[in-house]
Amino acid sequence: IAQENTYTQTQRTENQTGLTGKMNQEEQVQVLGLWGSPFSKRVEMVLQLKGIPYEYIEEDVYGNKSPMLLKYNPIHKKVPVLVHNGRSIAESLVIVEYIEDTWKTGPTILPQDPYERAMARFWAKYVDEKVMVAMGKAFWGPESEREKERKEAYEGLISLEKEIGDKRFFGGETIGIVDIAADFIGYWLGIVQEVSGVTIMTAEEFPNLKRWSEDFVGNNIIKEVLPPKQKLAALFKTPFRSAATSG
Amino acid sequence: MADEVILLDFWPSMFGMRTRIALEEKNVKFDYREQDLWNKSPILLEMNPVHKKIPVLIHNGKPVCESLIQVEYIDEVWPSKNPLLPSDPYQRAQAKFWGDFIDKKVYASARLIWGAKGEEQEAGKKEFIEILKTLESELGDKIYFGGETFGYVDIALIGFYSWFEAYDKFGNFSIEAECPKLIAWAKRCVERESVAKSLPDSNKIVEFVPVLKKHIGIE
Repeated sequence: IAQENTYTQTQRTENQTGLTGKMNQEEQVQVLGLWGSPFSKRVEMVLQLKGIPYEYIEEDVYGNKSPMLLKYNPIHKKVPVLVHNGRSIAESLVIVEYIEDTWKTGPTILPQDPYERAMARFWAKYVDEKVMVAMGKAFWGPESEREKERKEAYEGLISLEKEIGDKRFFGGETIGIVDIAADFIGYWLGIVQEVSGVTIMTAEEFPNLKRWSEDFVGNNIIKEVLPPKQKLAALFKTPFRSAATSG
Repeated sequence: MADEVILLDFWPSMFGMRTRIALEEKNVKFDYREQDLWNKSPILLEMNPVHKKIPVLIHNGKPVCESLIQVEYIDEVWPSKNPLLPSDPYQRAQAKFWGDFIDKKVYASARLIWGAKGEEQEAGKKEFIEILKTLESELGDKIYFGGETFGYVDIALIGFYSWFEAYDKFGNFSIEAECPKLIAWAKRCVERESVAKSLPDSNKIVEFVPVLKKHIGIE
């Protein structure tokens, strides 16, 4: 642990809620992340929505994976990873549920009722496994597969358009786990479509999702967490290796 | 008011087995309804319109889809008997991490063992054994993945054990030779009534594989 602390001293950046300096050793929260990754940002969104201070550590996942990353996520070697009092959790949606279970202050991102919880988990999983996978391949996969993946992603969006319906957020009146899971659709997708010239989601065909994305991105806390548009656009102009970030 | 619990399932499905086990662990009476996956019933299409897959758990008329989500739901609805997930948030997160790992890795590599030939099959066998060894390492010297008590991760994995004889046969290797500790774990699990009731005989799976291959159009 002492070795890791030395490492993180040199990498320490002010976390986005503006809290710097020494944190109570009993409650040390660190996020190993990647600034442009929607998976990484999911974790930061939930921490910030709940007002939990944390130290953010940018990982050079495309270049040299740090000893800390390899230690805290030996199985997948990907970001995001949450380290809480020296113990690590990987996989963004697992991390999000861990945060929900551990800190009882701030807004909840899962419903209380078991059936509603199961529904929320179902749709979060759907976003991750159907939509995100297809989107990744549609924009960055092998050329021969892109058309097929675009159709998959499009179908996924149709289901989501139906699921959100008239609700303000997938979570209802407030942001929930499904909204968090769908962050790529709410923000990244528009930028990727602009840069690539390939459009899967239009405002005309998906008016509910369009409205939702505006409310999502417009949220006071979410907007502070999102990476800058120009920086993302520049990133997407170069070939994107998705192997470094995980679900 | 009595609970009405229906499970739309398919007997060889290692995913359906998870839900069966969870319901048995909780002593919940349920109506098991065998589905024909090549001639999907109206109820299946109505209750899982998004994926049209089994298992589907229908509780008082409301469907829950995705096997590990069902296991968690069952644990939350019937919390008093045999908790399936740890109460500690960190332990719970670890359980979900490994459930996710099993979901992402085991089926895909196993499928190559019975569904592929030559180099592809060899690659599948190799990857499958590596994944099992990772799981074996995670199990360590514990009785179950969660420690002393049978739970979520055991439930996520044990259904695959009913397919091991088929993998051995079609892959022409021995999983037990490679992963003896995992086989020992599996044998402990099948001693539990919930598991014994929920897993089909291994030889039935061996007989099923050629039927499955024919249905999906592979030799």
